[in-house]
Amino acid sequence: MSVSARADAAALPETRQGRYWLDRESVLGPVLLLPAVIYIVALVGIPLVLAVMYSLSDVTVGDQSIDFVGLQNFRDALDSSTFRTALKNTFVFTIVSQMIVLVLANILALVLSADFKGKRLVRFLVLLPWTTPIALGVLGWLWTLDNVYSPIDYLLRQVGLLGVGSPLGSDWFGTNALWLAYPDRAQFSVLFVHVWRTLPLATVILLAGLTAIPQDVKDAANVDGAGFFRQVFAIRIPLLLPIMAVAVLYGIVFTFTDMTVVYILTRGGPVDSTQVLASWAYFKGIEGGSLGQGAAIALFLFPVLVGVAAMMLRIAKRAETV
Amino acid sequence: MAVVEVRELSKRFDGVAAVDGIDLASTDGEFLVLLGPSGCGKTTLLRMIGGLEPPTDGDILIGGRVVTNLPPRARQIAMVFQSYALYPHMTVYNNIAFPLKAAKLPKAEQTRRVAWAAGILGIEGFLDRKPRQLSGGQRQRVALARALVREPTVFLLDEPLSNLDAQRRASARDELQGFQRRVGTTTIYVTHDQVEAMGMGDRIAVMEQGRIRQVGTPHEIYDEPADTFVATFLGSPPMNLIPDAASGELLGFRPEHFIPWEAGMGNDWVRFPYHVHRTEYLGAERLLYGEVGEAKAVARFPANSDINTEIGSTTDYAVRRNDLKRFHPETGLRLDRPTNGRQP
Repeated sequence: MSVSARADAAALPETRQGRYWLDRESVLGPVLLLPAVIYIVALVGIPLVLAVMYSLSDVTVGDQSIDFVGLQNFRDALDSSTFRTALKNTFVFTIVSQMIVLVLANILALVLSADFKGKRLVRFLVLLPWTTPIALGVLGWLWTLDNVYSPIDYLLRQVGLLGVGSPLGSDWFGTNALWLAYPDRAQFSVLFVHVWRTLPLATVILLAGLTAIPQDVKDAANVDGAGFFRQVFAIRIPLLLPIMAVAVLYGIVFTFTDMTVVYILTRGGPVDSTQVLASWAYFKGIEGGSLGQGAAIALFLFPVLVGVAAMMLRIAKRAETV
Repeated sequence: MAVVEVRELSKRFDGVAAVDGIDLASTDGEFLVLLGPSGCGKTTLLRMIGGLEPPTDGDILIGGRVVTNLPPRARQIAMVFQSYALYPHMTVYNNIAFPLKAAKLPKAEQTRRVAWAAGILGIEGFLDRKPRQLSGGQRQRVALARALVREPTVFLLDEPLSNLDAQRRASARDELQGFQRRVGTTTIYVTHDQVEAMGMGDRIAVMEQGRIRQVGTPHEIYDEPADTFVATFLGSPPMNLIPDAASGELLGFRPEHFIPWEAGMGNDWVRFPYHVHRTEYLGAERLLYGEVGEAKAVARFPANSDINTEIGSTTDYAVRRNDLKRFHPETGLRLDRPTNGRQP
């Protein structure tokens, strides 16, 4: 009896220590961090290292041995006119679409921040394109912009803007606009779909920013004698600038790295006129099989993304300090 | 400078009256305080005068002109908000200059006026700073400068001191009143703090549930309350209310007027048996808590007075007849006063 009782007493501190080992921050911290670390290393770190290694080698789908060839892949990429078109398109699509989005999102957010009947429904509808999977949304546009059955063409025909004698000029005399068949119209279509896709998120972000402006500040501007335009341009937009930067940075990332729109809508055509870096890397590296080439092309996205990430972190840090 | 007047002014939100048919007029250059508990409609009334809230009914006149349907910028008013509502992205200079820019004044005139307003409030030193780099008191002065700079006919102040700490608030009261006296602009000041109201107001309008209970000087409000609400809202602790078995009325008296019978005496004193069951020492004063009959009553003395009533005992206490106020037991209205509270 007494012996076992003593043994219990001796065992007590031990179990206590064992049971509470997770309470120690030096243990708990690493344990909780581990999943994130594994995730980042496995899904971001290793692919990035692989991409760099591939880009410096002659690896292909058929021959996966990595033989280093220096900067040959980058030289080849820069020599190709398709690559240069893709590089230019990537920047043009991103910059132009985000400029349009910024203007439209500001107007839309201002309108939606007003109080009116059915506001919730309208907000929901505005956000809808964002909730649709990109591929499905773009498929919808693929059909909408169809060379023969496009409903847009139908409408244009009905109002007389398409067909022989169109006031828009002889380019519009055909029975169909062939939105995806002419380089300029295909580029316009891609740009348009990007705007359609990124506008909702930007609007919602700006809307949140607008509602975050204190009512008192708006009231003060009102009492201080500011008219509508002064209130918008001297108070609201300046106060929205940081949040606008966030919206634009998101838009840049989504547009800059996107290949779905181009892949589904035009497959980079006609004659590579809508090719972007992401799609070109895919066509070269995966469909064409030269992984090294594809990796080199994709790595051109890297500096811009690093820059965007740095800016986002700066904004986040500034938001913390205010 | 101007007279502000509201006539039969009402504001209903979804059928609920926040402001319920108020008639009120300031005098020229007056410091008029709207005092009441939260939700009494005082801020709504102020916002209607400022044009930030459209009234459901009634009229607002500033300087004799009906402004009921005019936007704020057409009213020649300036407002200071509880949060100060400074423009966070602008420097102090640009904050103060904002109303002048909106009024499209020439640049040179803007500079001159900003310097003048900043001088009056002693904030010339930080015109280049952003609001977030300022202390609460400095922000408040910037907000006042922004209100002052346009030389408005009326100042509307919405609890401008409530974001200051207690110590700073006392000196801010002093500064604010001095400032108002210097510029002489009609001022309407909203607060729920009776100390601010008593200390600064030329007159106080006590509000409750969207209506004005009494308008008067701090003296009138405190010494001659129009009803039991005003009597118990002002004063800390509030006025004692004792039902009088003989007349059926409510008798009201201030805790500081309630003293032991021996200390008072004389035939203009009214005697009450007072049962004391607790005492509080508050440094400068001493409070006795107890009952007269069934009703609770508080007595207040300076801490250094030698009055010493034993806890648990019942002693005779007395109030001078002049300090007894009589109220109707149901309506709460004052019975022994020719004008029943409401004043023009």
